[in-house]
Amino acid sequence: MKISNKKTGKRVVIDPVSRVEGHGKVTLLLDENNRLQEARLHIVEFRGFEKFIEGRPYEEVAVLVQRLCGICPVSHHLAAAKAIDQLVGVNQLTPTAEKIRRLLHYGQVLQSHALHFFHLSSPDLLFGFESDLHRRNIIEVIKDFPDIGRQGIQLRKFGQDIIQAISGKKIHGVIAVPGGVNRSLDISQRDTLRAQLPDVLEKSQKAVAISRDLYLSNIEMHQRFGFIESSFLGLVDSKGALELYDGNIRIKDQEGNIFQDQLDDNHYFDYIQEEVRSWSYMKFPFLSDLGIEKGWYRVGPLARINNCDFISTPLAEKARQEFIQFHHGVAQAPLAYHWARMIELLHCAEQIETLLQDEDILGNELILKGKAQQEGIGVIEAPRGTLIHHYKIDDEGLIEKANLIVSTTQNNQAMNDSVREVAQEYIDGQEITEGALNQIEVAIRAYDPCLSCATHAMGKMPLKLELFDHQGLLLDTKTKSGF
Amino acid sequence: MTQKIRLATCSLAGCFGCHMSFLDIDEALISVADIVEFDRSPITDIKHVTNCDIGLIEGGICNSDNIEVLKEFREQCKILVAVGACAITGGVPALRNHFELKECLEEVYLKGKGVVNPQIPSDEELPLLTEKVYPIHEVVKIDYSLPGCPPPADAFMELITAIKQNREPKLEYALRHFD
Ligand code: SF4
Repeated sequence: MKISNKKTGKRVVIDPVSRVEGHGKVTLLLDENNRLQEARLHIVEFRGFEKFIEGRPYEEVAVLVQRLCGICPVSHHLAAAKAIDQLVGVNQLTPTAEKIRRLLHYGQVLQSHALHFFHLSSPDLLFGFESDLHRRNIIEVIKDFPDIGRQGIQLRKFGQDIIQAISGKKIHGVIAVPGGVNRSLDISQRDTLRAQLPDVLEKSQKAVAISRDLYLSNIEMHQRFGFIESSFLGLVDSKGALELYDGNIRIKDQEGNIFQDQLDDNHYFDYIQEEVRSWSYMKFPFLSDLGIEKGWYRVGPLARINNCDFISTPLAEKARQEFIQFHHGVAQAPLAYHWARMIELLHCAEQIETLLQDEDILGNELILKGKAQQEGIGVIEAPRGTLIHHYKIDDEGLIEKANLIVSTTQNNQAMNDSVREVAQEYIDGQEITEGALNQIEVAIRAYDPCLSCATHAMGKMPLKLELFDHQGLLLDTKTKSGF
Repeated sequence: MTQKIRLATCSLAGCFGCHMSFLDIDEALISVADIVEFDRSPITDIKHVTNCDIGLIEGGICNSDNIEVLKEFREQCKILVAVGACAITGGVPALRNHFELKECLEEVYLKGKGVVNPQIPSDEELPLLTEKVYPIHEVVKIDYSLPGCPPPADAFMELITAIKQNREPKLEYALRHFD
């Protein structure tokens, strides 16, 4: 915690926000009586991806873009691949290619959800939001709650094993190629994965129960915590079922009524715009129809479970019904994200079970070719929400323009609003303690922000930067006015 | 060493994949916890590094905060390790070195599709971005490098075990890859 005095009052900084994927920083401005003036989550990373892939051949893109994020590289790999399928004029993949990609995606969502809930968020939920900071980590969870800790590690491992079997590596493997995949599974790989299924399904059901019970254990506080109301955006299939790999966009309003349905994701730019604010490198998306003030929305597990009419797999559907009944329709509380997240984890485990019984994943029709196009858009539900990749190429097949809207970006306004809510409740007018500041981080963690897809923390802010190598030679200089 | 090794880790201009690969040691995390005590790391809530035996750095340098954190790690860690392609060479983020920083910012915040209120974010809370992305050895002395994008989980195990046993880490062929 850093506290400094600015002309405007007291400035409190949480830097870096920990136990999230990536770095972020929160600043609170308080007056002399610790009354909250302003609370902001700053995303201070800038990479310039959209620029530096210009001029590169489109075949490279799916391999490059996954380096945006080591937590959900598969989502970037597949969103890019879907866009590139359009560039090569392939609208429908072979059954083998489609199912291999889906299997990979379910493995990804499963491992990321397990990581997020068990490794990163469970310490808060198990030990208490203001518990000793030295206990708030997965190692201590393993010591005190060995079953829960191990369960998280084993679930994540299963997801990673799927990714490795399909793409050759647990992180940054390669499988998708323009118009398909470069290999399918062999029988021994499939059987090794299959053998783990009974255990994984049991652990996934337990994960739903744990997240639900923790949520219900202090329900009054958990429902109030960081509470905001928003509309929700995400993919559903043509029948309105939960869909993670390919579907159309549905938007529900705050009351849970369908506001727009089956929107073509290839036209996302007709209904989504992004506002730039001076204090964050992460933009603020909103629905054009509703405008900047009212048009922001949430994405991710909570949005998807709220949005869909049903889940196609029986165990997850049962869990969804319980969730929806409990919330009388639409759930708004940020901490309900964890419960929704574990329902999706269970859905992934069930989908994996189905796919591992499908002979198509052993097939050898891998790639199709079509008529080249100059523009391609790939939209997928990444673990944290809807992810959009959009590319234009020139006649040589080189990238001319790229636009990426990553999942976490779409929760930008919501995270900021929840941070402000929590700061109002736990900081405003009170003594500032480490525990109170962790409350703010708990709210951010609920959204599972992948700040890595968009971040790096900042310390003190020099107005002039001079970078020397270790022999004292000047490497770089920069000043604020430089931009 | 009879005491536990104190280990800090951080991610600068990286994608977190190196950290994820470390977590891919899976249940060995439990035995690692017997010989290692974690200091600052994205998986703990310790925000500043203090007095460590090993510091693992993922990612290169792209802004002023990266530089501060890196220097703090160098001061506080007896052994500093560059982990992964980004820390060792700058990696994929260093592809922006082919362009002016200004061009990159303009592309995203002024010319991006559907952008409203176009402006380059410039609040004082935001970092000063370095004109280029640098590998970390250009700024501080590095004791070891773990290659790979990311290095495999077992490479992390070998590094930690070797340091615990007071011997030189040795990466077998299978643990030494560059993709
Ligand atoms: S080396 Fe690879 S895995 Fe590690 S941070 Fe860089 S891009 Fe990510």
